[in-house]
Amino acid sequence: MSLSALVLHKNDNVATAVRPLESGDSIDVEVADCAVKIVLLQSIPFGHKFALRDIGRGERIIKYGETIGQATASIKKGEHVHLHNVEGLRGRGDRP
Amino acid sequence: MNFMGYRRRNGSVGTRNHVLVFPTVICASSVADMISRAVPGTVSVTHPHGCGHLGKEKEHIIKTMAGFCSHPNVAGVLLVGLGCELITPELIAGEIAKTGQRFEILSIQAEGGTNATVEKGKVLAAGLLEEAAAAGREPVDISELIIGTNCGGSDTLSGLTANPAVGVAADILVTEGGTVLLTETPEMIGAEDALGRRVADEGIEKRIREITSATEALAKRAGVDIRTSEPSPGNKEGGLTTLEEKSLGAVLKGGTSTVRQVVDYAEKPAEKGLIIMDGPAHDAVSNTGMIASGAQVIVFTTGRGTPLGAPIAPVIKVSSNSGIYRRMKDNIDINAGDILDGEASIKTIGERIFGEIIEVASGKLTKAEMLGHNEFAIHSLGLSV
Repeated sequence: MSLSALVLHKNDNVATAVRPLESGDSIDVEVADCAVKIVLLQSIPFGHKFALRDIGRGERIIKYGETIGQATASIKKGEHVHLHNVEGLRGRGDRP
Repeated sequence: MNFMGYRRRNGSVGTRNHVLVFPTVICASSVADMISRAVPGTVSVTHPHGCGHLGKEKEHIIKTMAGFCSHPNVAGVLLVGLGCELITPELIAGEIAKTGQRFEILSIQAEGGTNATVEKGKVLAAGLLEEAAAAGREPVDISELIIGTNCGGSDTLSGLTANPAVGVAADILVTEGGTVLLTETPEMIGAEDALGRRVADEGIEKRIREITSATEALAKRAGVDIRTSEPSPGNKEGGLTTLEEKSLGAVLKGGTSTVRQVVDYAEKPAEKGLIIMDGPAHDAVSNTGMIASGAQVIVFTTGRGTPLGAPIAPVIKVSSNSGIYRRMKDNIDINAGDILDGEASIKTIGERIFGEIIEVASGKLTKAEMLGHNEFAIHSLGLSV
């Protein structure tokens, strides 16, 4: 069966959609061999990320078990995680 | 664990048994190509170097050419020059003689033109081929194997399927005593913390930060701030949010083991295990540098698809998605897209890649070899006039 999203490390607080996902979809993701169900609050385009749990403003965004940036707004479990609510510590393509 | 390799006189081990016709200067490129075409079984390269290099660039080009020509995948090399160039066949011969490499030398001016050089070159190349035919494969410990990792034509999925799967294979090879090269310094910017936490000593972490800082400074001199240009607009549309995310997805190719050493472009590692080679993120240039550093097999991930090969080393290509695997099946060896189809885990594909590395090291031809892909390019430091 085709996967919906991938989580690459047990410490990650985001998953990456590997096909387009719709708001309201209930998504099964595997985190460190455990099945986790996430209800999406927004549509997630292919290749984009969504939160696996609530993330507070200023909290680190973790993917690959590493920090990829920090939240610039509070993010709810199932919400889209991208430029509108994340800034890189080293840069994000439009500002350092 | 063993693979079947060619043990050379100096003890080094090859995964191939090539006879290379190598022009030490661009002026000899066509003649080298004519000789190679006339003697089936030989391989040749073309490049724009050999003259006009200043100081550090001259040493850098010599090191790369010498590393390539003395590579254990090469049984013998015919060095072809013009006669008045900066980097002569004699100069490269002097370097590769230190490794015990078998070579012959030809210069176009001394031979009296194209036809005379090609005629003599055909005889010399045929002689080298005959000698090479005497070499045979024997069981060799896997600790003699160096693989180079690379990615190009990456897509949204490269950092999710193909790169982590190659990382699994890299970790297995390192556990078995082998060596893995990770390069493309521009794609380490933002991943210094992750790499810096798993180093053999503090000097290596410092060196990692030095090479990424130097790359950022180089870009700034060209008027580009990597921190505001990366990830690119296309990357962001594809879902990458930050520079760190892009780089962390790229360095996964090297696996998760301890970084043992940082070497320059085309420099031979003194350690085994995971090695970082400072170098650009340009596919053929990275491959050439890693081969000159001693890599006998390259593993290359791609999402958009690439036909890339290399003249003296096999290049195993791994696709990140099943669509490109089906569309470019004649170019791709292994499909990591099976991970998304739910048919295999990252670990399973990683083990499959490791198995393929051993088979290819032992003689199995890659798709790029079957098609005759011989892309070759030396990194330029921009110090030539």
